[in-house]
Order: sequence, then structure tokens, then C-alpha cells
Amino acid sequence: MASFKPTKIQVYPKLGEKVTQDTLYWKNYKAPVQIKEFGAVTNIDFSPVAPHNYAVTAFTRIHIYGPFSQEPVKSFTRFKDTAYCGRFRSDGQLLVAGCEDSVVRLFDVSGKVALRMFKGHTKAVRVTDFTSDRYHILTGSDDYTCRLWDIPNSTELTSYQEHTDYIRCGITSKLNRDLFITGSYDHTLKLFDARVNKSVMTMDHGQPVESLLLYPSEGLLVSAGGRYVKVWDLLKGGQPLVSLKNHHKTVTCLCLSSNGQRLLSASLDRHVKVYNTTNYKVVHNFDYAASILSLGLAPDDESIVVGMTNGILSIKHRKSSEETKEISGQQKRRPAYRVFVKGKNYVPKQDDYLVSKPVKQHLAKYDKQLKRFNVSKALDTALETWTRFRKPEITVAVIKELDRRGTLKNALAGRDERGLSQLLNFLVGNLVDPRFAPVLVPATEMILDIYQSVIGQSPVVDVQLQRLQDLLEREIGYQQDLLEVLGMLDTMAKMNTSPLTPHPPT
Amino acid sequence: MVEHGDIRVVHRGGSKINFREPVLSHDSRLLLCASGECVKVFSSSTEECVHDLQGHTDLVTGVLLNPSNHLQAYSCSADGTVRLWDFTDGILIKTLVVGFPIYSLYASAHHNGVLFIVISMASDKRSELFQLAALHLPQSGDQLVEAREFSSVLGDVSSNPAAIAFGQGGEYIASAKGLHLEVYFFKKQKSYRFSLKEDNKKGAKNTFTCLSCHPKDDCIATGHEDGKIRLWRNFNHKREYTYSTLHWHHSAVSSVRFTPEGTNLLSGGVESVLVQWRYNQETQKDFLPRLGAAITHIAVSPDGELFCTAHSDNKLTVIQSCVKVSAVIQGLVKGESVRTDLMVDPRSKALVLNGKPGHLQFYSLQRDKQLYNLDIVQQEYIHESGLQQFEVVKAAFDTRGNWLATVEERKQKDSTLELNLKLWAYDEQTQSFVLNTTVSGPHEARITAMCFCHTADSQTTMLVSASQDGHFKAWQLAEAAQTEDEGPFWSCDFVGAYHSLVPECCCFSADGSLLAISFQEVVTVWSPASWELLTTLSQPPGAIRDLCFGRQSCSKYLLGTTAKNLLCCWNLLTCTLEWSTSMDVSLLLSDPLSENMAAFCSHAGCTDLFVFKPSEPRPLFSHKAICSGKVTRAVFAPREEMLESCEESSQWLNRSQLYFLTQYMDLMTFITKAEEDRLMASSKRLVIDDSVAVTPFYLLLGKHRQQQQEKQDRSFSAERNQLPQGSVAIKELLHTPAHVLPSASFLCSMFVRSLLISVTDSREEKKSEEEEMESDKEEESECEMEASTMGQGQTAEAQETAAPALTKAQARELRRVKKLDHSWLSSLLDS
Repeated sequence: MASFKPTKIQVYPKLGEKVTQDTLYWKNYKAPVQIKEFGAVTNIDFSPVAPHNYAVTAFTRIHIYGPFSQEPVKSFTRFKDTAYCGRFRSDGQLLVAGCEDSVVRLFDVSGKVALRMFKGHTKAVRVTDFTSDRYHILTGSDDYTCRLWDIPNSTELTSYQEHTDYIRCGITSKLNRDLFITGSYDHTLKLFDARVNKSVMTMDHGQPVESLLLYPSEGLLVSAGGRYVKVWDLLKGGQPLVSLKNHHKTVTCLCLSSNGQRLLSASLDRHVKVYNTTNYKVVHNFDYAASILSLGLAPDDESIVVGMTNGILSIKHRKSSEETKEISGQQKRRPAYRVFVKGKNYVPKQDDYLVSKPVKQHLAKYDKQLKRFNVSKALDTALETWTRFRKPEITVAVIKELDRRGTLKNALAGRDERGLSQLLNFLVGNLVDPRFAPVLVPATEMILDIYQSVIGQSPVVDVQLQRLQDLLEREIGYQQDLLEVLGMLDTMAKMNTSPLTPHPPT
Repeated sequence: MVEHGDIRVVHRGGSKINFREPVLSHDSRLLLCASGECVKVFSSSTEECVHDLQGHTDLVTGVLLNPSNHLQAYSCSADGTVRLWDFTDGILIKTLVVGFPIYSLYASAHHNGVLFIVISMASDKRSELFQLAALHLPQSGDQLVEAREFSSVLGDVSSNPAAIAFGQGGEYIASAKGLHLEVYFFKKQKSYRFSLKEDNKKGAKNTFTCLSCHPKDDCIATGHEDGKIRLWRNFNHKREYTYSTLHWHHSAVSSVRFTPEGTNLLSGGVESVLVQWRYNQETQKDFLPRLGAAITHIAVSPDGELFCTAHSDNKLTVIQSCVKVSAVIQGLVKGESVRTDLMVDPRSKALVLNGKPGHLQFYSLQRDKQLYNLDIVQQEYIHESGLQQFEVVKAAFDTRGNWLATVEERKQKDSTLELNLKLWAYDEQTQSFVLNTTVSGPHEARITAMCFCHTADSQTTMLVSASQDGHFKAWQLAEAAQTEDEGPFWSCDFVGAYHSLVPECCCFSADGSLLAISFQEVVTVWSPASWELLTTLSQPPGAIRDLCFGRQSCSKYLLGTTAKNLLCCWNLLTCTLEWSTSMDVSLLLSDPLSENMAAFCSHAGCTDLFVFKPSEPRPLFSHKAICSGKVTRAVFAPREEMLESCEESSQWLNRSQLYFLTQYMDLMTFITKAEEDRLMASSKRLVIDDSVAVTPFYLLLGKHRQQQQEKQDRSFSAERNQLPQGSVAIKELLHTPAHVLPSASFLCSMFVRSLLISVTDSREEKKSEEEEMESDKEEESECEMEASTMGQGQTAEAQETAAPALTKAQARELRRVKKLDHSWLSSLLDS
């Protein structure tokens, strides 16, 4: 004797993005704090030392924010023109910034006036950085040159004029004081060694380079330019490893998560994408309100700071562990686990006689009713409010099962005003869902056939029927539009595949 | 043409076991049922087949316990004989030759020496009218008896055996046909006839379907077409009869049966629910639902302990007093048609085909037993006629049997086609298939063909399905992307089409590097690695019907059959037609273990078989008219052990055996003479000790013991069957006191003969000797037994010796001698 086979609830693929570890990690941030700056935020740099303040370069100012303050801790306003690229030294004491007026300024973080002014560039300086020995500064400028400066003497050490267009990004090696890399609008990346007077390696990005990033091991280099993010292997002489094209506008900024496992890229298309650095697949995506120019990630990923073209600085802080626990704690109001396992872990002793009990099959309520052929009751159960709204697939599965048994008509018939209105309400909500339509459309036709004699007798039912009609008319309109679009696309596709293959005579 | 004298087409298993009502033995340990041309004896507790009672030459139409000896059973057959069996040991005791096909058989303990049989009214077989006749058993002790002495009891009875039953104390016999119930009283020699109106007001059909008589009371229960059960009383008066009606079944009642004490009435029908009504308290009833398929017969053991129901899906269910199913004996389920092709499971080597609705059955060809049912649809089956159910229409195994793909579909009149593609992974732990992926709506229209890639070594498998929507899709096992909780699942890898033609069949080459898909007249060859269209082959006119790649040394050939009676063979190296021949091939298939191909050609209403190698112009084997009608399903099943046949015409059967299904759903196969002889030799069954239940384990152990014994015997002499019995004879001689023995000269010739090895008829000789042994043990029914064994011995020896009478006399003498002194016999039995 076979046991009753319960109704199969169709499992539909979950729409939207899948919940992965990454999603959980990158969603675990609070609502963003938004600060209005005076102009487009072009650079964000975190201080390498605690408490990890960050410098925000926007228009003619550089603000330094504390980790949790919404007001700047410090402001540097002595710029004659737009400031660029405010960066901390590795000890967090000094800050360097370029300027539209071609002067590079060096500040003490605690002071207000520039300690040094490096003059020599002839055009706006967009790139500044400290070398790893802390005594030199790298600058790159729109005059196609990049230069090294000595901080104590405030003199220019070397100048390289190899790029043939604006230099818009550059980075120094953290491990070697002599190495640095610059990226330019002439599509090239150049690796310089300060000990020789010309570049030692050149890579062609293929697009104007906007941002550079070195992996902590400094074996791999990431460059962003145009819509592409490219990864280069420096140890193999600048061999391109991967080319990622996930944004649909220029990628402006790159950033590495604290453990080095995830790469973040920000773009003018208002998205920040998170890549897995092992397979370079996008694992998460953030949306912002405006085009993003700069991106910063606090150590330990405590906060994500994003600067946009409309001057808004958006800061997201990670939720503390108590907060996440609190939310999960609210749901946990069920009987303890030990209630269920009570007596189940009893091990029979040697002489015990084991009386086996047949395993009781647990059936859902609608299945019990289907087993007894109570079709109307089963449909009623499936139409209960909670099921109807939260698990419409159960309701649909029961309707499908009734249809398979050939008893759907009996189950649908003989309903009062309330029952019918409930049923119609469910149909209005789910009829046009492509997952449910194949089942619900015949059911709807059946309902209309059964109840056509009572139309006009109850205002409640009439309202629902009116809603159903509106819904169907709207849906038919959509379908028509879609078909038109499809026709247009087909025409275009046919035009593109010009050499038509001749069809065989049939 | 090649000679095929030694290869025969034979039926192989799968006969109906639900054809007639099963019979439970007196101690409810054995279950007898008619199965094709033999009677099968099953153990009711272990479901194992204990004996095959073979002897009838046509369909067995009834089995019945001998009312005067509960260890014997009668069986009747359409070959016109009634046979009496000792079913515990599987011995034929007596054959009564009636001469007319017998349709059913009845007996009552109160009618000694009379059997009641249903035969045709007229002597020609075609007649639709049947009569019930009383057959007087001849008193002769011979084994083969002519029984011509019968008298008609009732004319115009139903051929349905459930429509006739004996009443209380054998006083009357009741028979129902159409709308009439007829009761014949033996004492009064008078019959009463009761009629029902054809239809009552509600349009219900009153036709009788079955009846049963109460064993202690004057009451007849009848089942009707419309699901009603009527209880007739007071029927010994023409006018004052009464009946009451019970109604639970929603369609025809196929069987009603009173329990031996008459306390309960059992009924069953298409609902597959066994209903137990309390006699005289009919409002109380018990149900045993979900028995799997429509109930066709109900039997009750004589002590009322066990019920046995036969079901329409070729199944017998043993039920312990209406509460618990204790055993299920399942034969090969034959539906209306096999929608899936015949397949062989690479793991269990079982034949796989459609079984119960929504199931695939795994049927062991060697053991003639269904191994298990795999529930594909996994939905509650509603037993209602006219309801469209999901049907399994396609199935395919991969080479190692790790994956099974199934397609189920359901087509309602007005709504769209519902299709599901399911992929099942083999689970080592549970030793069965577990659902891995369900693809609902894999194609927009019917799937026409489906096959797995054959590569044995590669890790990934690929499934290709072709559909009437003009596309073919390749499915591949994909690792779950990010979530760890899900295992790998199947997803669509490629969708292909060719000029919006409908793909009809698809086939992978043996190494999996090529995929051939036929689109009407065109065969397209694709590379599954890159999904490039490599080439197209075409031989118009006529759409391609079957496609097959050659195997092993012939793997460069692709064979196809067209609807316009053409068998084409393309060479894939040159992409040209190698040869073609004009024949109407209905089915083409290749042997997976050799390069042989089999082509079934329908020709003038019957089917011919050709077995050939694609590289050779001459067929290896051909057989004209293997059966009537078209063969559309066939399969090469690998053999368990290779056959060592050197003859050219039977070499193709060495590694695998060809099974096919005829139009009438008979499973047939080809058998060589050598194999047949071997089977015959091994058909000598084990004599199973009554005290031990026949479990598979016991059979295994028994075999082992037998082998050991065999070894011991071998050390004695080369001949194994002769000597143990010979030694018994010697012992008998040596232990019997000399003064009670007949003279030595008398015994000598007998003794010498017992040592002779008869060449021509060794088999029958053995049998007779074996029976002699049996009869030694049973002294009670000695006369009868003796007659039977001697009768057979006589026939066996009649050909070689001219003095059978002497032998008989000698044997009798010997027996007489034995009866004098039993002390030596007991010691013999102990040894």
C-alpha cells in the first residue's frame, strides 16, 4: 500500500540576485550618511594610522573627517584653484595635494598653512603621492611630465617626460622606494625606476587611464580606464591577465578590500562593483545617485566612502555585531530545540524490546483534505490569507492539482460573495505573473463561466471583476507593445546578418 | 541467406499473473496463480517463486485446490486438459484430457469425483456461447486419462470465471450473465432465473460482473457494472426472492468474495481500494486504499487469515486480514503501449520500460521478476477513467548508469501541453535513482528524441533532446554557482536549429565526438565540443526514421533508415554514401557490445530480422517472419556470461541477447540450441525443505550446498545424477535380508540397467528416478503415485527397450518386497 503522495509545490527560481556570502557581507552596512561638499569630490584618502581619518578633496578644499564625525575635523582651504589628490603619508603626519594652479602643496595634518610648495609644473597637477621612504613626493601633471621631489630640500629630483598626454593617475610602490607607476590619457601605463632616467616598463591599456591600484604583494597591477578594468602581471613583464568590462561608463576609481580578496571599482555609471579577485566575477553591486568620481574603503571595511560629481559625499558604516544580532534575536521566539529532541536520543538497553511505530506521514492541511477528496475545502485552505499573500505558489499548486484531478470546477463552484471576492482578489494579484499564468488563466475562465449568471448581483464581486478586466486590458496592451518591439528587433537582426543562407526547398 | 536452423524465437517471461484468481494453499504459505502456459507457485511470505508447474501447452485458464486433498491442485487450460499437481513439490500427478478448450474450472467438497468446467457450447472454438459442464473424474489410476464423460449443467454461462460460484454446502451453483442470475439446485435438478432491468432511472448499468455465495447462509452477493453490490436472498422461490443493495464503488465491481466464515464480504474494483463489508451490518465497512492498481480478483485463504488481490498491473498483493499488505508479487507490467523505448539499465542489467502509470519499471530478465518501480511523476494517481494523467514518454540512461533522464507529458484537450524533463542521479547508498533536476517546459512542443553522450571516460555527461518546436537542446551538468547548499544541477548549454525544420532523431557516436541529428530528409552532423555544424548528409526522398552510428571497428559509418524504404550507410570519413539498400526498416538498432546492427523490416504483415555488420555486404543472420505485425521496440541486453558459440550464424548472440516487443506486447527473444539445452538441463529445481522459508538467502545457501555435494559426488564418479540414486539402490539391496529378496538373476538385469547411462533420454530418466525417490518417502498415497511414476518411466523407456511390462512387474515386485520390512527404510531416510 503506497502512501499518499503530497501535492508537489513547484519551486520557482528566485527572481533578483541570489543571496550569497558576499551579498550578506556587503549588505551589512547602515543607511548612508550624506555630506554636501562644495564641488565634485575628486579624491578620498584614508589615513594609514588610527583613528583612520580620511581626506576628501573637493573643489578648492580638502576636508579631513574623523571615522564617525559628520563635520570635518580639519579643513585645508589655502588653495587658489581646484585642489586635487590629497594624500596622507604612511605615518599619517603629512598630506600632499596638487592644484589646478600647478603648485604642489605639502601640509602638516595638524597645521593649516602649507609646509612646502613645490613649483615646477606648468599645468595642473592631478597626481601626488609619497614614496615609501617618506622623503620624496611623486607628482604627475597635465604638462605630460611626472616628477620626483625631495621634501626636506623642497627641490625637484627628476623629471620624466615620456607620456604624451595628461597624467591622471599614479601610484608609488610600498615596498620599494624607487618604483612608481603612472597612468596617462595617452592610454599607457609606465613603470619608472628613480635610479634610471627612463621608464622600465610600458603597458598599453587601450583607453585613457583613470586609476591605478597595486596589490599588496605588488605583483599585480590594476588599471581602470574607459569602461575597462585591466589586471597586469608586473612580474611577467606587464602581461595583461584579465580585462573586465562590467561598467557601461568610464571607470573612475579602484579600491581593494581590507583582506585583498575583493576588488571594488567605481564608475560614472553610478555603480560600485565588487569583484572576486580569484575569478574576477562580480559578486556584488552598489547603486548611487550620481556618477562616482572617488571611492575609499576604511581599513577592515568599516566604512565605504564615495564621492560623486554632484558634490555629495556618501559614507556607509558597517553595522556593529550587536546590531546584527539584535535583528536575528527578534525572530527567535520558538520553542527550544530540546523540546523536539526530548526522548529521541534514548539508547535502548540490551534487553529492551523495541516496538517500532510506523512513521507518521506529515501532510499539510490541504493535502489532508485532498486525500479525503474534499476539493472545495482544500481550495479554501489554500486560499487562506497568509498562504494567498505570502506563498502564492502553494495556492497555485493546489489549483493545478485540482485541475489535474478534473475537479477544479467543483471546487470553484458554489462560493458565496466573500469566497468569490477572495478568489478574484487572488487572481487579480497573480494572474499576470508569468510563473502562474498557465495555471490561473484556465481557472479564471472557469470562474467566469460558472459565475456569469450572478454578475451584477453583488457590488463587491462586480468591483473585483472590473479590476480583473482592467488588469487584462492593461496586460494585453503590454503584450502588444512587446510584440511590436520584438518585430522591430527581428527586422534589425535580419538586416545585420546580410549574407542570407539560402533555405533548402521544402 | 544464412542458415538459422538452431536459433529460435521464444517467449521470455513477463506473462500475466493476474489473468485468473490466485489460490492460497491450506496453510496459507503458498500462492498459486496461472501464468501463461504454466502455474506459478509463490511463497506468500517471501514473494519468491518456488515452482513453475510446467506441462500445459496453452494458456492456463484456472487453478483450483483439490477439495479432497489440500496438497493437490487442479489446473485447466485452453489446450483441453485438466492437470492435477502436487504443488508443494511441483510434481504432475495426473492429466485428464478433455479435448475442448476449457475456460474455467470449479469444484466443491460436496461433489466428490466431479469437476465443473466451462467449455464452448458448440464444438468449434470460435463460439461465443459457453456452457457449464460436470466432468466425472475417471477412476483409472493411470497418469494420462481420457475424460470424455461429462454432462451439461447450465447452458449459456459467462466465460468470466468470477461469475460462477458454488453455494452453501454445494447445494446449488449460481451463475450470472448479462442481466440474468441463474441458480441451479442440484437436489431438485431445477434452476431459477432472476433478471434485472437493463437500466434503471438514473442510467446506471445493472449488468452483473461477478458473484460470490455465502458459505454458511443462503445468500448470493453480486457485483454490478455501476458499482453496486446486491445481496440476494430467498432465491429458492421464483417470485419471493429479495435483494438488498450496497453501494460504495463508483464504477464496476470486478470481484466480490465472502470470507470462509461468512462474516465479511470483500469487494474491489477500479478504485484500487479493498472494501470489507460486515455481513448483516453492511453500514460498517473497512477500507484498504491505494493498492496501486485496479483490483481484478480477490482470493481468501481457507483459514481467512490472508487475502490475496490480483491487480490490473500484473501484481498480486498478499494482505493480512485487511489491515496490512504483507507481500507484493509483481510481474512485468504491460501497459497499452511502451512509450519509452526498451532500455537496459547499465548497472542492474534490468530491462527498463513504462510500468504503472507514471512509473518506470526495472524488470530483471534473468529472474523474470520486477526489481522495482521508479516513481517518475511523483503525484497521487487518481483512479478515474477519462482523466488525463502524466505519462512517461521518454527515458534515457547514460553509459555508466549514473544518470537517468525522463520526460513526462500530459496533454489535455484544450490546454497546452505540459512537459517535464527530469534528471535522476544514481544514489549508491539507497541503490536507486534520486531526483536531481526538474526542468518544466524544456521545449515548447513534444520531445521527439533524447540521448546521452556515450563517452565512458569523460567526467561530464551531456544530454541532447530534440523537439517538434524545431530546436534541439544540449543539457549539461553545471556546478552550483555560489551557494554551497545545492549540489550540481543540469542546465541548458546549447540550443540549435537547422532551417526551422523539425528534428526527428538524434544519436551520438561511440566516442561522443559527433552528434547526428536528422531534420526530415537531412542528417546534420555536429561537433558537441564546439557546436559547429560539421556536415550534412541527405538521401532524398523520404524523411529519416532512424539513425545509428556504427560501433567499434565500424565507427566510421552512420546508418539511417528513411520513410521511403531505404537503408543508407554513410562513410563519415569521406562523407559519402557507402551503400544503400531498399528495405522497409521499422526499427534499426546497434549492439553496444559489438559492431553488429539489427534491422527489423516489416514485410507483408510480418516482421523479418536482419543482423549485419555495416562493413560487410552479407548479413550475419536473417530470420523471416519472426512475428506478425510491426516490431517497434527492441533492445540488445548484455549477457551475464558470454556464450561460446563458434557458429557463424549464432555468433552475434554471444555477447548480448536481442529482446523485442511484438504488436501484442509479448516480450520475445532469440535463443540458440545450445543455450536451450543448457537451460533444460538446469531446469531441475531444488527440492526445498518445507520447514525453511524460501528466501533468496536460502536459495543462495542451498545452491552452495548443492555445489559442495556435487563436488563430493564428482570424486566418486563423473556422472553426477545417476550415482547418488544408484547408491541408494545398492544400499537397499545390500541391507535387505537375502531371504526376502527375489532371486538374484531376477534382480541383476534391473540393477545393471540402473547403472546404464541412457544417452537419448537422460532427462526423462532422471525425472522418473527422482520421482521414484519421492514416492519412496510417501507411503500413504502410494497407489496413485506409483501409477504416475511408472507411467512416465514406461514412456521413457518404451523407445529403447522392448520389454517394458517386465520392468514394471519387476518394480512392483520390488515394492512389494519393500513393504514387508520398513526398518531399513527409516534408517535410509535418516542418512
